[in-house]
Amino acid sequence: MLNSILLSLLIFSPILGILVLSIIPKQQIGVIKQIGTLATILPLILAFMLFASFDYNHAQLQFVEKAQWVSIPVGSPQMGEVFSFNINYELGVDGVSMPLMVLTAIIGTMAAVASWQIKKRHKEYFILFLILLMGMFGVFAAQNLLLFFIFFEMTLVPMYFLIGIWGYPDRERAANRFLIYNGVGSAIMFIAFLVIYLSIPGADGNPTMNISELTQALNSSDNPMLQNIAPTFLFGLFLAIFIAFGIKLPIFPFHTWMLKVHVQAPPSIVMIHSGILLKMGAYGLIRFGIGFFPEQAYQFSKWMAIIGLINILYGAILAFVQKDLKMVLAYSSISHMGIVLLGLAAMNTIGFQGAIFQVISHGFISALMFFLIGVIWERTESSMLSDLGGLAKSMPFVSGILLAAAMASLGLPGMSGFISEFLAFLGLFGSMPVLAAIGTLGIILTAVYLLRAVLRATFGPMPDRYQGAADAQPIEVIPMVVLLGFIILLGIYPAVLSEPLQETLKTIVPIVQGIGG
Amino acid sequence: MEVKDIFSYNWSYLLPEFTILGFATILSLLDLAMGKRSNRAIIGWLSLLGVIIAGVFVTLNMVNLNEPVSYMADMMRVDDFGNAFKLIFLAGVACTLVLSLAYMKYGEISNQSEYYYLLLTALLGSMVMASSADLITLFVGLELLSLSSFVLVGLRKKSLLANEASFKYVVSGSIATAFTLFGMSYMYGLSGTTNLYLMTERLAEAYNGGYAFLVLLSFAFVLVGISFKISAVPNHLWAPDVYQGAATPVTAFLAVVSKAAGFALVLRLLVTAYIGLISPEGQSVLLENLSLILTTVAALSMIIGNTMALRQTNVKRMMAYSGVAQAGYILVPFATLTNLFFEQTVFYLIAYLLASFGAFAVLMVVFRDQETEELKSFAGLYHRSPIIAIAMTLFVLSFAGIPVSAGFFGKFYLFMSALLQKHYWLAAIMMGTSVISYFYYFGFIRQMYMRSGSTEAALKVPAGVAVIITIMALATLLIGIVPGALFDFVQANFNPNFDFGSMMTPGK
Repeated sequence: MLNSILLSLLIFSPILGILVLSIIPKQQIGVIKQIGTLATILPLILAFMLFASFDYNHAQLQFVEKAQWVSIPVGSPQMGEVFSFNINYELGVDGVSMPLMVLTAIIGTMAAVASWQIKKRHKEYFILFLILLMGMFGVFAAQNLLLFFIFFEMTLVPMYFLIGIWGYPDRERAANRFLIYNGVGSAIMFIAFLVIYLSIPGADGNPTMNISELTQALNSSDNPMLQNIAPTFLFGLFLAIFIAFGIKLPIFPFHTWMLKVHVQAPPSIVMIHSGILLKMGAYGLIRFGIGFFPEQAYQFSKWMAIIGLINILYGAILAFVQKDLKMVLAYSSISHMGIVLLGLAAMNTIGFQGAIFQVISHGFISALMFFLIGVIWERTESSMLSDLGGLAKSMPFVSGILLAAAMASLGLPGMSGFISEFLAFLGLFGSMPVLAAIGTLGIILTAVYLLRAVLRATFGPMPDRYQGAADAQPIEVIPMVVLLGFIILLGIYPAVLSEPLQETLKTIVPIVQGIGG
Repeated sequence: MEVKDIFSYNWSYLLPEFTILGFATILSLLDLAMGKRSNRAIIGWLSLLGVIIAGVFVTLNMVNLNEPVSYMADMMRVDDFGNAFKLIFLAGVACTLVLSLAYMKYGEISNQSEYYYLLLTALLGSMVMASSADLITLFVGLELLSLSSFVLVGLRKKSLLANEASFKYVVSGSIATAFTLFGMSYMYGLSGTTNLYLMTERLAEAYNGGYAFLVLLSFAFVLVGISFKISAVPNHLWAPDVYQGAATPVTAFLAVVSKAAGFALVLRLLVTAYIGLISPEGQSVLLENLSLILTTVAALSMIIGNTMALRQTNVKRMMAYSGVAQAGYILVPFATLTNLFFEQTVFYLIAYLLASFGAFAVLMVVFRDQETEELKSFAGLYHRSPIIAIAMTLFVLSFAGIPVSAGFFGKFYLFMSALLQKHYWLAAIMMGTSVISYFYYFGFIRQMYMRSGSTEAALKVPAGVAVIITIMALATLLIGIVPGALFDFVQANFNPNFDFGSMMTPGK
């Protein structure tokens, strides 16, 4: 019984927190913080229930919910026939989206803890934060194109506020840039979705917005409707989807907005942004880019790999010369998202697995990194490398965790970063050895820039003003330990993630390989 | 026509128009009878009463009539098309009146009663525009609306801006009227009739009889003329100055009622008269050739409106350019002409009406409080009156077409029709300019939430205005969540097939 509404409960459970928060007077800052954090625990519990009751042996969607929401007639060029446009409320998860839901829940709670550092307007902050959380859950669970779009937009507006109100001094510009870039992305996505809806009917010949029906229709080679559609048209649609989600990922050269956001948004929001929102781009690429258009994706895979390489090397090289620790990590995110692209470009099971591992692993690592930056900023009021130094003396615990996070990020065996990079490159070596070989340079560069930045911050002479800087408070220790715990768990027991993935990948990969081989 | 023929009609279906006419006349006489010092607010309330009564009559017509009623060879015509628009006009004027009642307390308008009954005559004009299928009455309605609104704009006699606005409005309005009339003269000349339904056939004959160029020319002239009323390119330049100069309720009236009337005219006149044109190849001229002109006008309006709005610091000028862009959007169903173009237009107009009146109500209070019409008057509004700020946020989201709001589904509807007719570039421009519009619409949000204002004191909102803001915000949100309800309502109650349906099939 519970399972049949579990997803809805999960998505909308933050509403409870919003309702409670809205009746608490805004002067009660302590209570607001506690309620805001507790409100994220409920979805966290539900997400673990989702994880626990997820059936690994099925490739089909699970926890499916379906209800009709809107049915509107849309005109048609011919007189007489009017066809109805049905927007269904359709939810469901498979092996790809379930782990992302869990990731979202975990990082959501951790970011809520990080939000205790917020200095003003706590009530609004937590309300917006919870709306953002609902949007993110919805994106990963939606099984209807329009519903997906609506949830996607639902993350846009709260993010705008969260960056623009609670960020660092140049926050408004960052918020604007976020809005415009993502607005363009959603616009392209919206057009592509509707064109897909209008030109590609489902199995029964009727237009559909259901994601799995569309995937099926697009992948069955004997579908008579597909014969009439020019291949270039489909390729155009694929490209539109690629760009729409590429902006979110972000791919070079659409990345400038995310640099600004990384630097200007408050650390707790960057945790969400870098940990989950960027992953929505990867998710979209997998679900719509490759899921809908495997053939086109296959044709494009060489370019995807090249773009991935550019991301990796460009990000790594620029990360090396940054003066601000936040910028180092921002470029590092670009570099790491390049690995996702490489994994996808490999077009085989191992590569896809690597890409998804990278998505989850980088989610944890970057969330941890930015949490640490928030902690450091609290004490030093700066994240410039030139200002920092010797932090290991006054706050050994924080410095230690920072080093551990850096190690995970550069792919130390035993941590999640290693598994994901290893799999992604292994996959790519299978299909494009030369590009993969060039890509491995990125791993070396990652080690160089991360160690440079972390060592500069934690070792060397310590400015006197940081003498009294306290080490981590208990409330700060929790997220660090939890996030690091998950990083290590993925590193030493990757089956947590690979088992649910397996069956789903089995449905995607043969199609892709059928085209390739 | 004999006098007894005139009496043979059942005039009761025209009661809405008669009500407004009666109230306008009686109120103007009442004004003469009232003492100089006496409070004129009563006239405003009576006007509101008149509007509500007329609304009841329109609703009764809507329920009772199953097919159109025609008077004197379509000089007047009561049909679903007209009823839908009349309800929009009446709702718009009712909101305008509520805003005006609050506005009058500011003491900027000395001739209060003129203001009220001119509003009623303007309303009458637009109602005639919606319920006629004859060039003569359509034009009379258009002029009645125009002349009344020229005066309304200039009623703040002591304000330089208002004088400038009124003057510009009259001059450019006259030029536009000249264009319209010139086009109409061709229509008449080619068809020999002023009745639109007869014209449909005769223009088609003229088109195939070697006068194709003149037929198209007449279309272009009328379109350019009417583009003034809907403030679309190429006749949009008056909008910023007039919006700025007019009193805020009048601006709202121009932005919604006058614009909707323009659209009623566009649909009634241009679609009815030109739908029958069939090219020698058997294709509909309106769908094939003329839609290029229309999509161009729509696209240019979107582009120019949205980009010009980016640089505005004065809110009313920004709203004017935003209105130009919105006109471009509302032209989409007309340019693409799917068989639901009427429902699409009405849905969008309703969403637009809700957001506009909500926004203008907020603007009015904020301007008054801050004594400036610059965008920065919104600074810190959230800290002063959070509920007003949240309502305003809803309105701008609706304008921008972001879910969950009525505007999203309105735009979505238009967008679908553009895609259905394979006007991909129009769809792309629509989406592209929508993204541009985020920038200035979110300007309000930036000011309200992210800047700090000069004061923290709560905004004083008169009761009537508060009611308007609340209703508009709730409706915008509700339609955003259950758009199906409004779609069904429009579908169930308004059946434009009587008016357009039989003509939609080209080649018959």
